[in-house]
Amino acid sequence: MERTARSSTLGSLLILSLLLLLFSAPIGHLPLAAQTATHGVGVGHSAPNFSRPDLSHRKIVLSSYRGKVVLLNFWATWCEPCLTEMPTFVGWQQQYGSRNFQVIGISMDDAAPEVIATVSRLKLNYPVLMGDEYLGADYGGVLGLPVTFLIDRDGKIRARYQGASLTRIKDDIQNLLQSNTLEP
Amino acid sequence: MNLRNLRISFTASLIAICITCGVSVQAQQSPTNTSIPPQAILQPAELVQMLKSSAKPLVLQTGSHVLYAEAHIPGAEYAGPAGKSEGIEALRARVAGLNKDSLIVIYCGCCPWSRCPNIKPAYQQLQALGFTNVKALYLAENFGTDWVDKGYPVTKGR
Repeated sequence: MERTARSSTLGSLLILSLLLLLFSAPIGHLPLAAQTATHGVGVGHSAPNFSRPDLSHRKIVLSSYRGKVVLLNFWATWCEPCLTEMPTFVGWQQQYGSRNFQVIGISMDDAAPEVIATVSRLKLNYPVLMGDEYLGADYGGVLGLPVTFLIDRDGKIRARYQGASLTRIKDDIQNLLQSNTLEP
Repeated sequence: MNLRNLRISFTASLIAICITCGVSVQAQQSPTNTSIPPQAILQPAELVQMLKSSAKPLVLQTGSHVLYAEAHIPGAEYAGPAGKSEGIEALRARVAGLNKDSLIVIYCGCCPWSRCPNIKPAYQQLQALGFTNVKALYLAENFGTDWVDKGYPVTKGR
C-alpha cells in the first residue's frame, strides 16, 4: 500500500515537472526574444550617422561622439513605456556622464511642441532631437516604441533593446564603460 | 494516512500550479486590458487573408503619422492619433458618410497592446458613432514585431 502511494507521488512529480516545462517554455521565451532582438540595423555594424538640430537648436552629429558610449533612445510623448524609463536615463546620464557616457533622445512625435513640454517636465539632462521616418528607416525600422541602441566608443552598435529590462541595459552600459566589450 | 494526506495536498498543488500556468500563458497570447470585446479583435493572419479577397475592408491606422510613414499596411489610410482630440476629429471626418455596417479595421501598433493610447479610443469612437462592424487589429508588441517581422505586406510613405 505504502509502495503504491510512493509510486503515485513519484508519478505526480513527473507529470508536474513535464507540465512546468511545457508551460514555462513560452513564458521564458518571450522576454528573452524581446531582449536579444537583433533585427533591423545590424548589431556589430557602425551606427548610421546623422546630423540634426536638437530642441535647443544645437547641431547634434552622432559621429562627433566617438570615444563615448552612447545610448540612443527612440521615444515619443504618447508612448507610456517610454516615459516610464526616461527618468532612469536621466539618472544614468548624471551617474556615468563623467565617464564618457552620453544619452541622446530621438522623438518620433509628429510635432515638437509637446516634445519640448515633456522634456521640460521630465527635466531631461541630455539632448533630444526630432526624428522621422527616414531616421527610423536608417536604424532598421523603428516601428514600435521604445527602441534603444547602445553604441560603443568606436561608433559600433553593440545592442538593440526592445522590451528589455533596464537592469540588463545598465549592466551592458557598465561593461562597455569598463572594457568596451559586452558579456555574451 | 500521512502518505494519503500528502498525496491529496500534492494533487491540489498540482491543479493550482496548472491553473496558474494556464492563466499566465493565456494572458500572454490573448488581448487583455482593453475594453475591446474579443469578437472585435482581428488577428494579423486573418487580416492578411481579408486583404487578398475582393471585398477589402477599410483599414485605418489611428496612431503615429511618423510610424505610418515608415511602414504601413498597403491600402491603409492614416486617420490621426485617436489618443488625441485632433485624432478623434480626423477619424470622425474620415468615416462620415459611410454605411454604419461597413467593415472597418483599425490598427495602431505604436506600443504594446495593453499600453497603446490610440486603439481603444478609436474603437470606442466608432462604436459611439454607431458603426457595427469594427475590428481592431491585435498587435501584441508593436507593428514591427507583429506585422513587418512576420513578412506580411507593407508599404511606406505619407
